[in-house]
Amino acid sequence: MLALVSPALLVILMLIVLPVGWLAWQSIYHDGFTLENYRRVFTEDVYWRSFALTFEISLAVTLIALLLGYPLAYLANSLPKGWSILILSLVLLPFWTSVLVRAYAWLALLQRTGVINQFLRYLDLISEPLALVHNTFGTVVATVHILLPFMVLPLYATMQKIPDDLMQAGASLGASPSLTFFRVFLPLSLPGVLAGCTMVFVLCLGFYITPELLGGGRTVMVSMLVSRNVELYNQFGAASAVAVVLLLSVLAIFFIVSRFISLDRVLGQK
Amino acid sequence: MMNTKRNFELGCALLGVLALGGTAADAAEQITFVSQGGAYQQAQTVAILDPSAKKLGITINQDSIPDAWPAIKTQVGSGKPIWDVVDTPTGNCLRGGEQGLIEKLDFSKIPNGAAMPEAYRSPYSVSYEFYSSVLAFSQKTFPKDAPSNWADFWDVKKFPGRRALRNHPFATLEAALMADGVAPDKLYPLDVDRAFKKLEEIKPHITVWWTSGAQSAQLLNDGEVDMEMAWNGRVSAVAKEGAKVSFTYNQGILQSTSLCILKGAPNLDTAVKFLNEAVDPVHQANLPLQIDYGPGNPKAFETGVIKPERAAQLPSEPANAAKQALMSYAWWSSPAGEAAEKRWASFMQK
Repeated sequence: MLALVSPALLVILMLIVLPVGWLAWQSIYHDGFTLENYRRVFTEDVYWRSFALTFEISLAVTLIALLLGYPLAYLANSLPKGWSILILSLVLLPFWTSVLVRAYAWLALLQRTGVINQFLRYLDLISEPLALVHNTFGTVVATVHILLPFMVLPLYATMQKIPDDLMQAGASLGASPSLTFFRVFLPLSLPGVLAGCTMVFVLCLGFYITPELLGGGRTVMVSMLVSRNVELYNQFGAASAVAVVLLLSVLAIFFIVSRFISLDRVLGQK
Repeated sequence: MMNTKRNFELGCALLGVLALGGTAADAAEQITFVSQGGAYQQAQTVAILDPSAKKLGITINQDSIPDAWPAIKTQVGSGKPIWDVVDTPTGNCLRGGEQGLIEKLDFSKIPNGAAMPEAYRSPYSVSYEFYSSVLAFSQKTFPKDAPSNWADFWDVKKFPGRRALRNHPFATLEAALMADGVAPDKLYPLDVDRAFKKLEEIKPHITVWWTSGAQSAQLLNDGEVDMEMAWNGRVSAVAKEGAKVSFTYNQGILQSTSLCILKGAPNLDTAVKFLNEAVDPVHQANLPLQIDYGPGNPKAFETGVIKPERAAQLPSEPANAAKQALMSYAWWSSPAGEAAEKRWASFMQK
């Protein structure tokens, strides 16, 4: 077994662990040991604002993705096979399109002269175009769209494993459909909810292209600070300190979540 | 390790020779030249690089990278750079010179550079081409009485409409000061406090702070904004596509990329020879025939190669240049300039 996984482990070691370790090392070592990069991250309010905004956006995206994704997964789970395949493919289809292309597609939909504003003006519902993009709103919309599959798939996988007999048992005992849903189905699907939410939240923390293209320059997420710090300070240390703090917050989130459910459920098939 | 490296270098040299079709097969001298790729590097190849290689009898190997600065740092830091000459925003040459990453130039060996105005060169670099951050506007929104200076751009009552600026302090702080009444030739050292104060005024009216040239072109092309700061080449490209957009050179901020040589470049002597040849007025005059950038050497306008109607479109044409502010890269790479650059991030997030 070890012989079989060792090439993969080696690749991970060489291409992920070592470079990340080296970057982390640079954040504390530049012509001698220094905590300057971390002092900056923790004292200058630019960083604080960016971290706060990133967590706010991630939270909003996670909640919206859950509200949209749960009914979708539920529908896919309860409809006959053909329909569920159709629904899942519709969820997955955009997944195979480049993030960049989807960001531009949202631009075409949301901008002042975009499809949505033109349509609303045609219907005379608005007199001035709405500011739908170049702000946090546009960023959230596009990010939800990109991350929705990461919510739907774990939810669907979990729902698939809930035996139908349980709902029938509930009904035979006289419970209404909504009561069986809330007392039986929903609690049993919670691990999927947690798994989906964790995936979406953590992936969203590191988003770069979407806020860069749709945020109008105001929506500065942490990943953008990373790239900006390379430019601004001309050394990787200043940027990797930001990345290290973000990585540690992600690990902290995983740790907290792991107290509630086993990590295997979040990461794999169990 | 050593062997593979040598093989790699040999491979590169062979490729270079092949690229020149064998005519320069016996040329011992070669350099590696680096620019930013795309249509821009292609234009240089036709106008400057190929003719220079032919005239000097050398081989020019090309490489390209969007932002050369991190690579300059790592290459020189490793003690064995593989590039010789880079074409990069002038600020990089100056910063690099101060940090010992860029060779100091001996202008006695670079007569073409020595003949250029002093503002167009530094101890480490010579101007290679010019572009300008200009005030661009939609002719649909402003069929007549278009905004014509930065004070107009700041005047949201007289010129209502959506606006965009670049998400970067370069040129933006200069524009703010000109809007506040500072003359284009009296900008430096920049009054940073005054510039940011003026920017706070316009900030609520800025729809987009763009980050890439492509984005600025898209905004103008789609009518997403009515006026913006943009690079002249981007605006004229959009106009060529048929969009009703235009721009003024009035109070534009004239910016340049320069040529400089990496410290410890493998082919230093040939690199210096090439650098002199690359700013030759005739080669330089050929560049704007290929692409919408102005020559770095103003003598190019005296060669007769650039027709007057073409010259009038170029940012560094003397009459156009006179209307603009020449960006001081020396100021931007000074401690005050670097502090202003860092302050930008907190301004954006407030």
